[in-house]
Amino acid sequence: MPDITESARRLAELITNCQADYIEARLEESQASYITYRGRELESIGKTRAVGGNVRALIKGGWGFTSFNDLSDLASRVESAVKQAQLARGKKSELAPVEAVIDSVLTLQDRNPVIMPLAQKKRLLDEYNDVIWETPKIQTSIIAYGDSCKKTIFLSSLGSFIEQERADVTLRLAAIATEDTEVQQAGLSLGSRGDFSAIENLHQPAAEMARHAVAMLSAPRVAGGEYTVVLDPVLAGVFTHEAFGHLSEADFVYENDRLREIMALGREFGAAELSIVDDATLPERRGSFKYDDEGVPAAKTYLIREGKLTGRLHSRETAAKMAEAPTGNARALSYRYPPIVRMTNTYIEPRTASFSDLISDIKEGIYAKNWYGGTTSMEMFTFSAGEAYMIRNGKLAEPVRPVTLTGNVFHTLKNIDAIGNDLDMNQGGGCGKGGQMPLPVSNGSPHIRIRRCLVGGR
Amino acid sequence: MEDILARAGKVAEAAEVFMASSEETPVQFEANRLKHVQSKQASFVALRIIREGRVGYAVSTELNDRQKLVEAAVETAEFGIRAEFTLPGATAYPRTKVFDPAVESVSLEEMVGLGSELIDMVRKHTPEILCDAEVAKGTTLVRIINSRGGELSYRQTGFSLGIQGQLIRGTDMLFVGEGQSSCRPLSDTGAVAGVVLRQLELAREQAPIATKVLPTVFTPDGVASALISPLMVALNGKVVLQGASPVGNKLGEQIFDRKLSLHDDPTIGYRPQSRPADDEGTPSQRTPLITRGTVAGFIYDLQTAALARKKSTGNGGRHHGGLPSPTPSAFIFTAGDTAFDDMVSDIKEGLIIEQLMGAEQGNILSGDFSGNVLLGYKIESGKIVGRVKDTMVSGNIYQLLKEITAVGSDARWVGSSVYTPSLYCPGLSVASK
Repeated sequence: MPDITESARRLAELITNCQADYIEARLEESQASYITYRGRELESIGKTRAVGGNVRALIKGGWGFTSFNDLSDLASRVESAVKQAQLARGKKSELAPVEAVIDSVLTLQDRNPVIMPLAQKKRLLDEYNDVIWETPKIQTSIIAYGDSCKKTIFLSSLGSFIEQERADVTLRLAAIATEDTEVQQAGLSLGSRGDFSAIENLHQPAAEMARHAVAMLSAPRVAGGEYTVVLDPVLAGVFTHEAFGHLSEADFVYENDRLREIMALGREFGAAELSIVDDATLPERRGSFKYDDEGVPAAKTYLIREGKLTGRLHSRETAAKMAEAPTGNARALSYRYPPIVRMTNTYIEPRTASFSDLISDIKEGIYAKNWYGGTTSMEMFTFSAGEAYMIRNGKLAEPVRPVTLTGNVFHTLKNIDAIGNDLDMNQGGGCGKGGQMPLPVSNGSPHIRIRRCLVGGR
Repeated sequence: MEDILARAGKVAEAAEVFMASSEETPVQFEANRLKHVQSKQASFVALRIIREGRVGYAVSTELNDRQKLVEAAVETAEFGIRAEFTLPGATAYPRTKVFDPAVESVSLEEMVGLGSELIDMVRKHTPEILCDAEVAKGTTLVRIINSRGGELSYRQTGFSLGIQGQLIRGTDMLFVGEGQSSCRPLSDTGAVAGVVLRQLELAREQAPIATKVLPTVFTPDGVASALISPLMVALNGKVVLQGASPVGNKLGEQIFDRKLSLHDDPTIGYRPQSRPADDEGTPSQRTPLITRGTVAGFIYDLQTAALARKKSTGNGGRHHGGLPSPTPSAFIFTAGDTAFDDMVSDIKEGLIIEQLMGAEQGNILSGDFSGNVLLGYKIESGKIVGRVKDTMVSGNIYQLLKEITAVGSDARWVGSSVYTPSLYCPGLSVASK
């Protein structure tokens, strides 16, 4: 494999005398392995290696970007990024000032899941698969394990030169139960920043997941309409990410005058109990890092504090155009993509309510747990639960088929009227935006209660 | 590649080397202005071996790291699936047209011009709208060789034009958009902008809608966003083999409305999903999936077909460079004979769904879907009266497609992999605030 450090030194020379307002480059080498099962049998097992890089240039507000995995002709890559920026140029370049950083954040020596023997990984997955298959009426199972390790070098015309390493582990388990023409499934998603032990000892949850898939076969569907809904920390984390997180990404806002008015700092979005935070400085979370992909140090940013809009997530460009401080949220999925504004670890801060406080005065409502997915159009969002139960007269009642919930960000956040004391971060998620998916993030929340939430059903 | 195959041949009973390299040039507009001009070069090589009866697999972007690639494939073969298939030997391929040299000669300046033209057309209609647009071109080279003498290489070009508009009034947000793609250069900005202008016209007013079961017309975009994913999963030979498909044991049975026919077709000239062969070198073919309401077939790759005692349908796809698995190329619904306007005028009170958000998040294996109507219109007394909001619909595609009132004559491409007409369903559950 070519040495990316040597290529990075060469690029650092090449970009010093460019006719551009700003220019940066990123080089990356990565390795990954994966094991998947479909049913009893292993479906695939494989290993991948990748090396690549990119150059991004800014001229009068226009960006040129070139990505490649052939590192042999770096001079022409730099030249074409500059030429492209020249073509895209408009009025003026604006980037929030940051200090040049020279740093090295090397972690793979201590922890690298990719070099663990495949046999050891496979043994654990076999155990989980056995647990799922021991459950009667299970038709099939899906197991998807993946790990990766990556070294990135970032350098810029400011003089920054940053080496960072990261590792990632993800595991998705699903059990599928069938009876006559009914097919139901239940799933479990976990992840970690390279720590394999985070996905060990899941035999018990895997068995519960399989039993839940079977229970869904005979569970009734809810009737569609408005309900008081209590979300568990996993689903409330997805809700936080979809319902508000994306709207706080400044690249949606900065060139949109109407949205800037709507998203004016100080606007009331929720009750005084509600605070939402994005924090890449949390230790050992999947969304954590020391520097983002523009070389900006990670930060903790309050998006909503005591119900009011107090901040948003920025790249250097969006920060400059909105005259706010950069927050270190420009992230790229890989060397194939330019960095865009992304979340990191996003959560609702805990308050004081216990779970029984949340449900005790609900006559008829829904307790929704776990997640299938979520998406947003900024104003409207949907997110779907992996498990759901009716709440009747203040108590958890019968399980029902998984539900999809929807809301309008300007109303639904205000309808959160109680926040629990049991913050938990979910490491199993991946975020998609602008074709860059899945980016490692984590989401979290305590249990929360939402009044008048629209639930789909028949 | 030949060297990798030769090295692999020393340690394995059979081997296949797959290589893809691509050059892509997107030009992107943000907030009505040109913002990014990009070029992306990428290549990878994948080695699949059969060693002691088991499949090993490794992928690298480093075309010269040959011995490492062979070693990684050998390491994974120890645990790999038992190979039930035989790699295809030398064979003839259909002459599917997927390359047009004219794409390469479209200049960046011309692409910028097309993007500006698109945005100007939409803004002329609605000056306050904010548009993002993308014009992209690309070329891909694919080559497959295997130890049984199978060999194939082809070049493919691609070109796309797309625009998305966002209109904000108060805190109300309206999203409109359209995109087209081809293996040949596209220049008909009017056709793309026309779709967007029609959406803007229909969404001009807002209309309240009741919580009840309503007759519903899915436009081609609506069909693609709500109904296609569950079918793509259910008709996948691998899901069928696992017994997880609700239609898996219904081959030859009529379980859909007789007006519905669906097939997979990677042989249509100049479509981005077309190719002479799949990623395992099996020749492309047209595969009937639903014929007049009857389940007619499933899609297969080599391994799944061997396990199911079927033949590969030429649907072995390598998603993100992974091992081949059954993958749809282009799902094509046969057009019907009812004009869209006739469907609308037939409905006293009903809903038109153009974009459903979140439909793919549910339990798509069961066919259940549920989503927020991101773009949809209310019908009153045979006329479209405005856009619906804060509205959710739920249903099950197997119940819904069992009885269709009418199939539209308006079939068109939605994205690169779905071709469908509008579908008029007698009743769908609607929940609204």
